[in-house]
Amino acid sequence: MNLCERSASELSALIARRQVSAREVTRAHLDRIATLDRELGCYLLVDQAGALARAEQIDGLIARGLDPGPLAGVPVALKDIFVTRGIETTCASRILKGWRPPYEGTPSHRLREAGAVLLGKLNMDEFAMGSSNENSGFGPVRNPWNRAYVPGGSSGGSAAAVAAGLCAAALGTDTGGSIRQPAALCGVVGLKPTYGRVSRYGVVAFASSLDQVGPLCRTVEDAALLLEVIAGPDPRDATSIAEPVPRYRDALGQGVAGLRLGIPKEYFVAGIEAEVEQAVRAAIRKLESLGARAVEVSLPHTEYGIAAYYILATAEASSNLARYDGVRFGHRAERPVDLLDMYCRTRAEGFGPEVKRRIMLGTYVLRAGYYEAYYGKAQKVRTLIRRDFARAFEQCDLIVTPTSPVAGFALGERTEDPLAMYLADVFTIACNLAGLPGLSLPCGMHGRLPIGLQLIGRPLDEATLFRAAGAYQAATDWHTRRPALG
Amino acid sequence: MPITRKEVEEIALLARLALSEAEIDLYTRQLGDILGYIEKLRSLDTEGVEATTHAVPMDCTLREDELGERLPVEDALRAAPRRAENFFEVPRIIAAHDEE
Amino acid sequence: MGEARYQAVIGLECHVQLQTRSKIFSGSSAAFGAPPNTEIDPVCLGLPGVLPVLNRRAVELALRLALATGCQIRTRSRFARKHYFYPDLPKGFQISQYEEPLAERGAVEFRFGDEHKRIRLTRIHLEEDAGKNLHAPGGAGVSLVDFNRAGVPLAEVVSEPDLRSAAEAGEYLRALRQLVRYLGISDGNMEEGSLRCDANVSLRPLGAHQYGTKAELKNMNSFKFVEEAIDFEIERQQRLLERGGRVVQETRLWDSEKKVSHAMRSKEEAHDYRYFPEPDLPPLVVSDQWVSRLRRELPELPLARRARFARAHGLPDYDAGVLTAERELADYFEAALGSGAPPKKVANWIMTELLAHPDGTQRVAPEALGELVGLIEQGTLSGKMAKDVFAKMFASGQTARAIVEREGLTQVSDAAALEAACRAAVDKNPKQAQQYRAGKTQLLGFFVGQVMKATQGKANPALVNEILKRMLA
Repeated sequence: MNLCERSASELSALIARRQVSAREVTRAHLDRIATLDRELGCYLLVDQAGALARAEQIDGLIARGLDPGPLAGVPVALKDIFVTRGIETTCASRILKGWRPPYEGTPSHRLREAGAVLLGKLNMDEFAMGSSNENSGFGPVRNPWNRAYVPGGSSGGSAAAVAAGLCAAALGTDTGGSIRQPAALCGVVGLKPTYGRVSRYGVVAFASSLDQVGPLCRTVEDAALLLEVIAGPDPRDATSIAEPVPRYRDALGQGVAGLRLGIPKEYFVAGIEAEVEQAVRAAIRKLESLGARAVEVSLPHTEYGIAAYYILATAEASSNLARYDGVRFGHRAERPVDLLDMYCRTRAEGFGPEVKRRIMLGTYVLRAGYYEAYYGKAQKVRTLIRRDFARAFEQCDLIVTPTSPVAGFALGERTEDPLAMYLADVFTIACNLAGLPGLSLPCGMHGRLPIGLQLIGRPLDEATLFRAAGAYQAATDWHTRRPALG
Repeated sequence: MPITRKEVEEIALLARLALSEAEIDLYTRQLGDILGYIEKLRSLDTEGVEATTHAVPMDCTLREDELGERLPVEDALRAAPRRAENFFEVPRIIAAHDEE
Repeated sequence: MGEARYQAVIGLECHVQLQTRSKIFSGSSAAFGAPPNTEIDPVCLGLPGVLPVLNRRAVELALRLALATGCQIRTRSRFARKHYFYPDLPKGFQISQYEEPLAERGAVEFRFGDEHKRIRLTRIHLEEDAGKNLHAPGGAGVSLVDFNRAGVPLAEVVSEPDLRSAAEAGEYLRALRQLVRYLGISDGNMEEGSLRCDANVSLRPLGAHQYGTKAELKNMNSFKFVEEAIDFEIERQQRLLERGGRVVQETRLWDSEKKVSHAMRSKEEAHDYRYFPEPDLPPLVVSDQWVSRLRRELPELPLARRARFARAHGLPDYDAGVLTAERELADYFEAALGSGAPPKKVANWIMTELLAHPDGTQRVAPEALGELVGLIEQGTLSGKMAKDVFAKMFASGQTARAIVEREGLTQVSDAAALEAACRAAVDKNPKQAQQYRAGKTQLLGFFVGQVMKATQGKANPALVNEILKRMLA
């Protein structure tokens, strides 16, 4: 079997048992990236020398009988939103081009401490703003299943790289679906944990009250393994949750007997592709056949989610992106006539159109006199949406929905209409507003394009998501399908 | 039209974005669409509903007053677009606005 | 005349730098005066991806001030982001407290002449300081930014518009400085910027209730400048109003050299701060236990101590005021009393001799000063000898007793010896003795001086006086 098709769990076991060296595994992935990625555009940066050196170091540790950690020699890659010391970090924005951070973020640090080998940094929508990866400042990513199609976004490079075997696993971030939606469109497993479960220190902020870090992998087991590594309290993040991290992998074999699946009626309405709905309903039946019970639930404020989200997310983004001012790092406009000119041209040149659009919207809604009508109102809607979920979870243990209303869309299809693009986030946004964990896993195909099933859990109940996803994966083979490449 | 061209210009200045005439036109239209969509929230009664600032209820963790890692001046200035000795350099700030 | 027609209404917004080791949201040093950009870290520099974590000590220091001014403490307070672009503001926003501040509704109390003033506080809240902008020498068309100060914790103290004159505002500010120094939360140094002050000034016709339009004064980095700038502003507005003009709401900067203020251009201050709750910091919860502990740990405050000094030690109010101006001096005074020396005498020595030297309290231990006063009381030293001994104590750091013993400086009070010395002085100066007896009694001092000279100043002056009067009678 090709080393680039193995899961992270398999690779770490093979490497730890010295059946294959970390160097061989890393080399195989680097070669594959060299062959395939020119066309796919997943990587913004490949750290060949660093990866090989780290792999050799891991092999050395194993040779001396030391434990290199649960991700021993596993080749991983990071969405370019993760701050990596000395390695260029751009958020796919020209405003950060060339920035080599002087510090390391917590999630990437924890991955490396666990023995992972960092192959490089992955393409994304600029500052994580987008659902198609077409907003990258450095070119789009193509869906490995069909290169005329988008991989989803904003973690499009991460999802495509995992699907194409250009890394064993990747980290992404999810503010309104940015892990789950590309995972669905690329046919991989993607998890957005509970808000606060994974530290955001060293993760470039888009919308601070919604952003959360999570893994993209080819199997549910890998997602559980990576979450065990990156989750947990961090003294550098005041919003990280103090709860200890359970061994999520233990949930995988527990089966779904007795689990109550909530099916929100508001999620199965007009606008959803027939093939997507059929695949999701089939998946629900499969889970029922394994012992789960489906119950209809209601999330009555679903229709207000997108409006609330685009107020909160853009307001916070306009604030978080104020630091890109050309003073301390990043791009600065040439020959400014004065300070104001420096600010205005630096930011106009450095940011792409979608980022500017969101900064404008966010600035608008925070203006004096508008706060209550927009930001304040959206926060109240957020409360109503949280209550919807709390009520639904009185009747069920997890909620099952499609991840995306469509299996995919072509490059360029939606770039002219930002609002239509925003509306595509309809199924993923509520998780972020309510801070809940959500997992997407493959559950079917629409022609050549994969379809994603979304599982939503109670706060901090990632284990139940792994339990259901693990049972579903064990009973189906969607996750074993790979795009035809090279 | 929920947003005027003039408002777009004002916001662009507040956000420190130099926009071309074409961009101002584009954003006036697109922001108008999005704000029009957002209007739907107005119909929702939120009287007496408290605001959610953090989706997961949490208290502020505090740190002890201890010195941590400091960034060496060279590491900080390496990324600066312009520096002068050990300072970050910017176009002259108008004197009337200055503290010094 | 305008003097009588308008009343000034003044409110102050003061920023107190809190004396923590590290910054309010990160671990680099909050110390003043380091070389540029050497006390920084990724967080205070606002690099992409960083997050703030609140310093417990900064909260405690602000709470001390809130308790000392009788504020109500919020069980849950919140941080917000205040947005504007400026080179010394790393993130493009300042983390501050806005709608739900740490503490509200207290007061600063002080003596103003014979009056007891109570100036109400609107609020006290926590926020982070910005860096510093400097002009490059030679007018090179550039400014330079140093981020050492970025992230130093500040307590902002906002008063109600209860002040009515520049002098009163000055006293309020001095009282606030005294308080923060008593509490050990700041050195309150205006020149170094650890205490900063903006003033809102408006005028209204005497007897009116409504406030007039206010101007905000900035850039006053000493007590003197604050008073000068407010006086200037009152006069400026008065002249404006008397001529039938109107005050416009604006920010004015004080030019301490030219002693004038000028308005900031309106375009520059067209701010819209776009406040919203800081998502990276959950609400700050201050428990009752925390507040009770801090309340127990509060020191005796300046006004209370002043009253106690007057009452318990029988000091004039003026003396009590001088001795309690600084907590260290008040502590010094009380330590000096440990020897049993009379309080008023100790107070006099501190106020006349010790405070004549800026480092007096460092050079002479309080116990040593108390001992010196004790030696005068016992008659061992004359006042004049004591002053010499004090000078030696100051120079050497030795105790009074050690100096007295080493130099054999004990005052001569032996009646027989003094009798002989006085007799000799009278005998040696028959002409003066005759004049004295003829009524020129002011010559007594001459004879006392002769005796002192003969005894190298050791003679007990009271006894000498008594003996000479008898001899010359």
